[in-house]
Amino acid sequence: MEPNFNQIEEICAGDISFRNRMIMILKKEFPVEYEELTLLIEKKKYSKSAELVHKIKHKIALLGMEKSYDVAVNFENELKNGKMTLYSEFLLILDKIDQFLKNT
Amino acid sequence: MLKCIIIDDEELSRAIIESYCDKLDHLDAVKQFDNALDAIKYINTNPVDLVFLDIHMPELNGFDFIDSLNNPPNIILVTSDSDFALNAFEYNCIVDYLVKPIKLPRFIKAVTKIEKTQALVSQSHSEVNKELYINIDRRLIKLHIPDIYLIEAKGDYINIKTETQNHIVHTTMKKIEEKLPEDLFLKIHRSYIINLRKIVDIEDNSVLIKKEVIPVSRSNRPELMKRLNLLG
Repeated sequence: MEPNFNQIEEICAGDISFRNRMIMILKKEFPVEYEELTLLIEKKKYSKSAELVHKIKHKIALLGMEKSYDVAVNFENELKNGKMTLYSEFLLILDKIDQFLKNT
Repeated sequence: MLKCIIIDDEELSRAIIESYCDKLDHLDAVKQFDNALDAIKYINTNPVDLVFLDIHMPELNGFDFIDSLNNPPNIILVTSDSDFALNAFEYNCIVDYLVKPIKLPRFIKAVTKIEKTQALVSQSHSEVNKELYINIDRRLIKLHIPDIYLIEAKGDYINIKTETQNHIVHTTMKKIEEKLPEDLFLKIHRSYIINLRKIVDIEDNSVLIKKEVIPVSRSNRPELMKRLNLLG
């Protein structure tokens, strides 16, 4: 599923300033976390990477990407066990979100 | 009003909870923390009624936070995982468990649980307030306050009269008066305190309680008349 703001709209219930605040936080935090994750993976810091994927997965859920959320959950569990077979699939999800937020 | 704090390392999550708290009149989100350590320092000097607590946090996690407190307040766990639900049952202070992203109806349901708990606590407190222990021959005897219909001064003693028994206790009228609910009892004479619900009738300067005629002093009569639901 493509990223969308449906969940955020539901949470904000018509409160435009709150909606804008949420999107602003997403735009501010997501690129930083994305970059940090790639660095941690490069350094094979799997435990720290799992913690970061845990944080990112809330954003994935907020953007209404249910299947991607499941991938994030599985990837987080993989990282906890020192594996990363889902990394490339997860990167595609992050790219999609990155583009969506940049175009918003 | 429930005074609460939010502990979550995710700004988005804190913002959502804060906005929901703003929507509910009886919730006052007084402070937010992005880590548990700062929250511990705060809560040790600023007691709160409720904590919205993330489990996954750097350094100290949510359960470490609870373990660090001697007397934790009500906690609503907030997390992206449902895996910790079982651990949550080990803590009496944990009232509910919210999975992110939190929706308002589910949030309200969680907060309502605390209100129900508080109502039960306050009900049990008011039950306790209906009890009075008196010391007779080194025994503490429990009296049900609404059963008392009359208290009579007897020198250094008072005679507490209930539906079933009389109890002579070594104390003063002033001390017993302080222990009785003001809405139920009234001192109508320097030697008599009556239970207003037990009045049968009032005639001139006396009150009939059960079968006893009790004098009403001139100075106490206006207050007695004020407390009656008087017609005409």
